[in-house]
Amino acid sequence: MSHDSPEEIRRTIRKFMMVGAALIVLTGVTVAVSYIHLESIYARVAVALLVAGVKGSLVALIFMHLTAEKMWVYFSLALTAMFVALVFALPAWTEGDHIVGSRPNKWSAGVEAPHMPAHSPAPEH
Amino acid sequence: MDMEIPYTVEVRPDTGLTSPKLGIWLFLASEVMLFGSMFSSLVLLRSGSEWWPVQSEIVNIPLATLNTAVLIASSVTMVMAWASLKLNDFAKYKLYMGLTFLAGVGFLVIKTIEYNEKFTHHFYPSTNNFIAIYFLMTGLHAIHVIGGMVVNGFLWGPGAKMWKTEPEKFTNRVEVAGLYWHFVDLVWIFLFPVLYLL
Repeated sequence: MSHDSPEEIRRTIRKFMMVGAALIVLTGVTVAVSYIHLESIYARVAVALLVAGVKGSLVALIFMHLTAEKMWVYFSLALTAMFVALVFALPAWTEGDHIVGSRPNKWSAGVEAPHMPAHSPAPEH
Repeated sequence: MDMEIPYTVEVRPDTGLTSPKLGIWLFLASEVMLFGSMFSSLVLLRSGSEWWPVQSEIVNIPLATLNTAVLIASSVTMVMAWASLKLNDFAKYKLYMGLTFLAGVGFLVIKTIEYNEKFTHHFYPSTNNFIAIYFLMTGLHAIHVIGGMVVNGFLWGPGAKMWKTEPEKFTNRVEVAGLYWHFVDLVWIFLFPVLYLL
């Protein structure tokens, strides 16, 4: 974006403002959804990550100008995405039965986890 | 010996990018791996644990929501600082960059209040896995905020002298600093729901 005209920059500024407002609204949506007690942990995770994904995309595409970048940037990010996917595949391989629910543990099965005491004592060493 | 670093203003013919811009994107790629591995560790810890604390009973959602808004606002002011330079409005650049720096201070003040609350309730990294990874991830993120503030503070203060001599190079510096700052915002966008709301 190094040779944009002043008019183009002003249009971009309006876009920045709209994106900023959208991010604030979506933050409100994220918090509001967390107060709706969805039964399933998977539904809660899906909704939270969907909204975070939309917000993250707005930041990356508009604020970080990823809509108009060069091939080298896209290539390095694609490579990174591949390795991140691999990093996330590790817990899926090791704990996949927990994650998909075929071997539910206490918290994912909806059994109430033991609550932390409000003023838990400092651990003794 | 004074040596000019090439391709800080003009783009390299082979990449189509200035070297600082390619450099920051490669650095951010490494940062994605750093934070990605931590998110992956969180998934592993949480899915493999026999029980997990009710996160919302430990963390402070209103303070974290406020911090999210502060960081989003700082991203807007950061991008406005860059746009002001593109419009040759240095006074507005100083204003927006100053606001970005102050938003960083605000974020850290809120984070300090939040941490203090945890320590008051005797929640330490040794208390349980959730609190350990909460401190690790938010702490690492806070260090990134401080790093960004150091750069932004320099570009607002002593580093701003470059505007008079090499305005295009200075604008590129601000753009690169902005890319880092937006990344810090982007990481928080995912940390917020994962650590506070789920």
